[in-house]
Amino acid sequence: MSTSFLFLCLLGLGSFSFLFGRRRIRALSGAVSVKQHSRDVYHGSFVALCAVLVPLIVLLTWSGLSPLLLDAMLEDFLRRQSPDLSIGEMGVLIAKVKAYSVGSLPEAFANDLIRNGSDYFAILRSNSNTARSVAVILLALGGLAYGAGKLAPRFTARPAVERVFEVVMIIASAIAILTTIGIVLSLIFETFRFFDKVPMMDFLFGLSWSPQIAIREDQVGGSGSFGAIPLFAGTMMITFIAMLVAVPIGLMSAVYLSEYANPKLRGIAKPGIEILAGIPTVVYGFFAALMVAPFLRDSGADIGLTLSSESALAAGLVMGIMIIPFISSLSDDVINAVPQTLRDGAAALGATQSETIRQVVLPAALPGIVSAILLAISRAIGETMIVVMAAGVAANLTANPFESVTTVTVQIVMLLVGDQEFDSAKTLAAFALGLVLFFITLMLNVLALYVVNRFREQYD
Amino acid sequence: MTDHSNLTSHAEAYEARLKKRYRAERRFRAYGMAAIITAGMILVFLLSSIVYSSLPAFSHHHMRLDIEVSSDYVSADAPEQGNYLGLVRSALRDQFHDVSGRRDKRALYKILSIGASDEVQKRVIANPDLVGTRLSLDVPLSDDIDLMLKGLIDRTLPESDRIVSDRDLAWVDKLLAEDRISRKFAVALFANGDSREPEMAGIRGALAGSLWTLLVTLIVSFPLGVLAAIYLEEVAPKNRATALIEVNINNLAAVPSIVYGLLGLAVFINFFHLPRSAPLVGGLVLALMTLPRIIIPTRAAFASIPPSIREAALGVGASRTQVIMHHVLPLAMPGILTGTIIGLAQAAGETAPLLMIGMMAFIVDVPGDVTAKATVLPAQIYMWANNPERAFVARTSAGIVVLLTLLLVVNATAIYFRRRFEKRW
Repeated sequence: MSTSFLFLCLLGLGSFSFLFGRRRIRALSGAVSVKQHSRDVYHGSFVALCAVLVPLIVLLTWSGLSPLLLDAMLEDFLRRQSPDLSIGEMGVLIAKVKAYSVGSLPEAFANDLIRNGSDYFAILRSNSNTARSVAVILLALGGLAYGAGKLAPRFTARPAVERVFEVVMIIASAIAILTTIGIVLSLIFETFRFFDKVPMMDFLFGLSWSPQIAIREDQVGGSGSFGAIPLFAGTMMITFIAMLVAVPIGLMSAVYLSEYANPKLRGIAKPGIEILAGIPTVVYGFFAALMVAPFLRDSGADIGLTLSSESALAAGLVMGIMIIPFISSLSDDVINAVPQTLRDGAAALGATQSETIRQVVLPAALPGIVSAILLAISRAIGETMIVVMAAGVAANLTANPFESVTTVTVQIVMLLVGDQEFDSAKTLAAFALGLVLFFITLMLNVLALYVVNRFREQYD
Repeated sequence: MTDHSNLTSHAEAYEARLKKRYRAERRFRAYGMAAIITAGMILVFLLSSIVYSSLPAFSHHHMRLDIEVSSDYVSADAPEQGNYLGLVRSALRDQFHDVSGRRDKRALYKILSIGASDEVQKRVIANPDLVGTRLSLDVPLSDDIDLMLKGLIDRTLPESDRIVSDRDLAWVDKLLAEDRISRKFAVALFANGDSREPEMAGIRGALAGSLWTLLVTLIVSFPLGVLAAIYLEEVAPKNRATALIEVNINNLAAVPSIVYGLLGLAVFINFFHLPRSAPLVGGLVLALMTLPRIIIPTRAAFASIPPSIREAALGVGASRTQVIMHHVLPLAMPGILTGTIIGLAQAAGETAPLLMIGMMAFIVDVPGDVTAKATVLPAQIYMWANNPERAFVARTSAGIVVLLTLLLVVNATAIYFRRRFEKRW
């Protein structure tokens, strides 16, 4: 039975158990004069939980882990048949056996080994499936019987159901922690494997990035070098250009909207700027690559500048546009949080409105604004699609914004998209870059939080 | 210098300073206004240039072809196995009697899209009685001819500088003179999956992939997010463990999306051996990414429910769980739904993490379930944007217009929910 069919079975059985439990407790309570502890619904829910919970966990665990187990057993079987295969050849063979077993490998490519393996795999899979179905259904029926047997007017069904509910809630909250642990562990694990092949110092401080690996031993220039400094420099340059665009426009529009604008303008301009925030990054990437970059190149050529068609300038400008709403809405919040009394005080001393803003409101809002800018930088560093589409692939170490540079995120995408083998330094390098990215953005976020907490004035 | 003149110069200096200060004031206001106008103009320019460049993709030029559906090519008994390409080509040769020579004929075949024979095939399979009759059908022209007819390829350029040769031009002019060319709505854009031929490429496969992916995302992230938010906001004791979870969630919301892609690659594909390019994996990755974006607004929705509601419910004897399930949760629902919809809209526009797990594949078929190979709309846009063929620029913009329209509708729904059901306490 397929996973989804079993799942539907459990769903059906759960609903049945609920209705059954509710009917049964009504009948039981009607027969005696004892006051019922919990309402009917809780008795029904209790029986349903008894019937569904354990089989559901078994079903999910089995479905998650059995492919791993089956793969291991298949490999063991194939290894016994032909003991002298290398790890890589074994991987290819396993893939072929699986493809053959689902019919996507043409008969012409099959040999006896593949056919045997496929037969063995089919038997394994059908056994595993049968065992799973039997286990799930027996557990569900057993749970139903157990739950139904517990029902009695004085049985405390409500606390029992509520305890289960609470445990489920705790598990849901723990997913957040598990995600973080998953991110950190998967990145660190692969990064350590990368540092086995390439020394850490070469990676962090090397000046040359050309991540090809040798296909033949004696290939010219095939050693590959993984010095990430050009990527960091490129990322910083594009981020810097983006901030040059986003900070003045974002900050000034926030100031104008919260201090000067009448409600009508505010009602139009604020949602308008927020539309910019809702546009997917792939759209910005298209805009940068097919509209802004050619325009910049042509107008640069008109005034005698040579711009690469993948210049850092185009990617940076468009990324700045993407960041504008981020800065403006965060600054808007902190500017509005500055108490009106400060403005009134400045006005009473004779300051003009702009003097009030520059000398009173903005200094008071400064921690929040700095934190907004830090968050925006973190967003710009991690942004992928714009740079993948508009920035270059070649790692140039240059300070000229008209040339093409590459970024950390571009390289992660380039290293992982397309054919890949999991153990090569090339693939593992992507995880090392990912770890650097994760670490830097995390630090920026923590710093932003620290700035707000440390320097914020409490006015109330 | 007398006191008097000193006073005047003071007054003058004051006047001058005041003027300067007022000028500074006006300048400052002008900067603010300029910032808003710049942002607005960028938005208008971005949207209008994309809409403008998408317009050609919504229509396509067809030519009326008279086809003798002869039984040499197709038999009425097994219309699926007919040689429709040969059929269309012979019809085209009949149309242009004067074309002879292998090279010229081959060039002639190229004015039609490869979709032309599919069109005929569809028609004949639907109605096998057509075999042996004469059929007059509008079939799509190739993308280069179409671009030329739309004026996107300049026919006045010297022949060596354009894709369409003088010979092609002569044929097209003949067709135009016979009034055989018509411009129709590009059904292929919405009805087809991806294709190497721009005029046959459509977004249906990508849309289906997006829907499957978002379905997985919704099923996983909505219950988990709401349960976690209930726990953190309503149930959990305030201690170090819950503080840690809170900090964690806020940090997860700021982790770059590409890192989630790396997580998905390492955990779901390399460790759990789930299939690459499948909406199941894409949905799970997006669910992890969306989770904090659901938890944060959901908590805000809970926090905005006044404590008096909880106290009143407790007062009449409800248990803590009953207070939440019967009173707080229903009241917070509008806020929760708004947050979820906005979170899903963000997930729908996300591309980078999906590239990591292989959802950027050339897939012609429309995926039918969550384990089929699929791509999503933003990834489709990315692939089309990378395609050097000229007609794909309009295709890409059209894909973007569809994506933006969908996101607009979804976000408008969220705003409607908020306006319609939100209570102010």
